[in-house]
Amino acid sequence: MKQKLVSSLLIILGAVFIAVMLIVPLCTVLAYALRQGWETFASAIRDPYAIKALRLTLLAAVVTVALNTVFGVFSSWAISKFRFKGRQFLTTLIDIPFAISPVIAGLVFVLVFGRIGWAYSFLQAHHLKVVFAVPGIILATIFVTLPFVSRELIPLMQAQGNEEEEAAALMGAGGFKIYRKITLPHIKWGLLYGIILCTARAMGEFGAVSVVSGHLRGKTNTLPLHIEILFNEFHLTAAFAVSSILVVIAIMILILRNIVEYKGKKAGSEDVR
Amino acid sequence: MTRFIRQRKKNKVIPGFALSMGITLAMLSCIVLIPLLSVILSLSGTTFAEFLATITDKQVLVAYRVSFQCSLIAALINCFFGVLLAWILVRYRFPGRRILDGFIELPFALPTSVAGIALTTLYSDSGWIGRIFAHIGIKISYTLIGITIALIFIGIPFVVRSVQPVLEKLDRQYEEAAMILGASQSKTFFKVVFPEILPAMLTGFGLAFARGLGEYGSVVFIAGNIPYKTQITPLIIISKLEQFNYDGATSIALTMIIFSFVILFSLNILQARVNKVTKV
Repeated sequence: MKQKLVSSLLIILGAVFIAVMLIVPLCTVLAYALRQGWETFASAIRDPYAIKALRLTLLAAVVTVALNTVFGVFSSWAISKFRFKGRQFLTTLIDIPFAISPVIAGLVFVLVFGRIGWAYSFLQAHHLKVVFAVPGIILATIFVTLPFVSRELIPLMQAQGNEEEEAAALMGAGGFKIYRKITLPHIKWGLLYGIILCTARAMGEFGAVSVVSGHLRGKTNTLPLHIEILFNEFHLTAAFAVSSILVVIAIMILILRNIVEYKGKKAGSEDVR
Repeated sequence: MTRFIRQRKKNKVIPGFALSMGITLAMLSCIVLIPLLSVILSLSGTTFAEFLATITDKQVLVAYRVSFQCSLIAALINCFFGVLLAWILVRYRFPGRRILDGFIELPFALPTSVAGIALTTLYSDSGWIGRIFAHIGIKISYTLIGITIALIFIGIPFVVRSVQPVLEKLDRQYEEAAMILGASQSKTFFKVVFPEILPAMLTGFGLAFARGLGEYGSVVFIAGNIPYKTQITPLIIISKLEQFNYDGATSIALTMIIFSFVILFSLNILQARVNKVTKV
């Protein structure tokens, strides 16, 4: 009886915490987006600057996720399948972006490619622009999300061990064939999970991008930056309308994440059997 | 010697070491290491006295304190609720559990600027929650309380997702034994379960704390950016950059980098120690 009371109390406390801290803010976005009716909402979303910002956000996310997946796949292979000096140190180095403020991630690229940077004269000579341009935004996003995929893969691949890969190699299979036929089936859900997390962060990155973008409307404005401008100009409804696009994407990412986690757990328990 | 040879052989069986290592090191250097070293390079023109003067400026000191204080309180609150949430998600079955579980990662999936403007509006004097508190004379948006709330929002998943897998793997027979021996429910939790999840909780705490110190997007709106009151350290870096004071911005950035490394390092040591104590 007493046990039942305690458990219900704890459940209620946890549910109230999640409701107040997470669900109410989500409802705020949707309520404010629609408070001046559907017309205002639709025109805020159809605004050409908003559409351009959405395009840039998607472009940055696609490039970032592609490159970070390549990095994740190769770095997890190097770290989990081979023993070498400094392996632990390398793992720590990969985690650096998690320990550093996104604002600093943006700053370092300004220090390299900006007007005071050591690479500036080279860029000038070749008429290239990195800071306050799209490449800078992409670079900053890659920096911030670099560890996501490899962090998911390394523990999975270490737990898997090397025997199967070694057997395949001894029978003469090539590297990519081993990866496709043996390693990938074991880690595919983990890989997908890392890609999903990486996508979410890449689409929402704000601090790092804010430093390198220069906020040029229609050119270097990503969706999160566009929201900031609208909010600071007191276009509340428009800011929340544009935010609701990102909320919908976030909810889709959450649903995907849960499906992948469920499938991954199922595959994991079948592996054990 | 034989071990060495075996190790060499083992290394050679699986192909792709040079390729994968090459790609890893090349990308890591180009994206992370070389740009980070530029921080030190670009400070070469600054004397140590100038550096010291920048990082101990009164406005900057206040910002460190605001960042530190709010992140610490937020991370502590997240420890409590994180363990509670992990506990109810693992141990109890109730309607809506899957949905609750799915929502935990929302702060990771939702862009920080969206979270920032939503929280600012919600807790302002005319917002749904802010209005209630305004009645009893408590302002939340544009105060330290607001910053702390934004950091709690950002940090929720870290503790829950660190503790949850440990709880799932925990063998329940020790708890049952403690109960049979007559220990109360709370005593069983604090003497049997808690020591097991403590290292995971510390990991979650460290991640949430480090994220809080560097967080910008969700905090910048609700902080209101009032100098000497609610300015956080990342915001000082941004405002120095906007004034083209690159040396100033870089000096503070370097201080922050050192500080976050010290925190991660000491947490690693603390964790190793806790692990040793609980394993023995």
